[in-house]
Amino acid sequence: MLYAILCYHDEDVVESWTKEEDDAVLAKRQKVQQALVDEGRMGPSIRLVPTTAATTIRASGNEQIVIDGPFAETKEQLLGFYIVDCRNLEEVIDFAKRMKEGESCTFEIRPLRIFNTGELPEKIELAG
Amino acid sequence: MNDIAWIEKALAAARPQAMAALLRYFRDLDRAEEAFQEACLRAMKNWPEKGPPRDPAAWLIFVGRNAALDAVRRDARNTQLPSDDVLSDLDDAEAGMAERLDDAHYRDDILRLMFICCHPDLPATQQIALALRIVSGLSVREIASAFLANEKAVEQRITRAKRRVADANIPYATPGPAERAERLGAVAAMIYLVFNEGYSASGGEAHIKTQLCDEAIRLARLLLRLFPTEPEIMGLLALMLLNHARTPARLDEDGQIVLLEDQDRSLWNSNFIAEGIALVDKAMRHREPGPYQIQAAIAALHAHAKAPKDTDWQEIELLYRMLERLQPSPVVTLNRAVAVFKAHGAAPALELVEPLEERLSNYFYFHGLRGALLMELGRGNDARISFDKAISLARTPAEATHIRQHIDRLTGDGSKRQEAG
Repeated sequence: MLYAILCYHDEDVVESWTKEEDDAVLAKRQKVQQALVDEGRMGPSIRLVPTTAATTIRASGNEQIVIDGPFAETKEQLLGFYIVDCRNLEEVIDFAKRMKEGESCTFEIRPLRIFNTGELPEKIELAG
Repeated sequence: MNDIAWIEKALAAARPQAMAALLRYFRDLDRAEEAFQEACLRAMKNWPEKGPPRDPAAWLIFVGRNAALDAVRRDARNTQLPSDDVLSDLDDAEAGMAERLDDAHYRDDILRLMFICCHPDLPATQQIALALRIVSGLSVREIASAFLANEKAVEQRITRAKRRVADANIPYATPGPAERAERLGAVAAMIYLVFNEGYSASGGEAHIKTQLCDEAIRLARLLLRLFPTEPEIMGLLALMLLNHARTPARLDEDGQIVLLEDQDRSLWNSNFIAEGIALVDKAMRHREPGPYQIQAAIAALHAHAKAPKDTDWQEIELLYRMLERLQPSPVVTLNRAVAVFKAHGAAPALELVEPLEERLSNYFYFHGLRGALLMELGRGNDARISFDKAISLARTPAEATHIRQHIDRLTGDGSKRQEAG
């Protein structure tokens, strides 16, 4: 089964991390991911650019209106997600818990279905 | 991250909102700061045991306000009572506080807290110091090391600035649209001052300088979240992100400035660039160009170029032309001259530069560019005079070294030309 692990945190807090702190969190998570990577079960890791870069399209009557900002103003924001292939919920929970070790963020696990694997540009620039 | 480190981050993140609300209740910067300090102390005690509250800012406001009210009451027994309207204000505040923060208020509260630091009578250095102390919560020691000043002087600077601000009596009523726009503009300018203090090559420890840039970016993000439809705030944030993205490549191991065209572009922060370009893109949709957006668009064109030769100088020249119209200044013209040089050659660029001499005669970059253009046009002796002048105006050893390299190239070229002739 494919699962998305959605990461929520207070954007203000995450933005106040230094690059070193941010790198340390990513490195710690990567270590946990290695087992899934080795078995070819680790999908893409995605970081969303902060909500200040977000644009929302809403229907208003018969019109589609474009609004600056995220879908909703919330205390914690969706900051990124992972896609993993796990045997069952138990396994994802265990994996997510180990990734999240020592962090105050919130992870939401959502089983997912893929309509189309799509195609990304051949040379995609990875986040650094 | 351990408990304490996490709590410190959460406190820092909640600070602007909490300070802004406390300032509205107490209408006094020192009292608001004391209340916030007290709330932070209690958070350090409480949160590790009970876990972080759902809404750290609301928790800090509530606890800070109550602690400070206790102190006011204690003081009141010993000293003269505050005037009636202050007291009734405090009571009103207490009643209203049980409810959650009102979003509409909180937006103007934070804007006010930032605006207070922008009083036009305050010189730039005082605005920056006050903003870093009050809004960002940097310690006096950190601010002093950013300015290469001693702590006592910075402390005095902040105290003086606070007194000025208190005397200015900035109104607490919710601002109207025109007033809000004016505050927003002033705050944007103040944030950019903080950024430039960090970004400028002159003085200060490298570590703390970077922190100032980070802090300015954080404040701009905060402002944009409060006013998400303002294209100039998008532009401001984008401009700072795109410039700061180059920080890892700007100085070499010896702390010497590396020119944009010589920088190792693989060191640029690609996350900042992606975010900056996304924001420029978003701002453009509004079709209300402003100085920050245009400068950000220029920075985006530099960031887009994989190598210096890929830079779209013609487009950059057009953008500087727009900027010249909106915000005419000899420095903008000087920058346009650089783009003209790259796009159309040294001769038309020099024509643009020469008339600026009177106004920029004390400006390092003016003489540096003029020298480079003259050198390009084969006028070695004139170039030499400009380079000497530039060196005498350099504010950092790195700037001086950079010009000296030009001179070395000039003498190198000169001897070659002689040989050839």
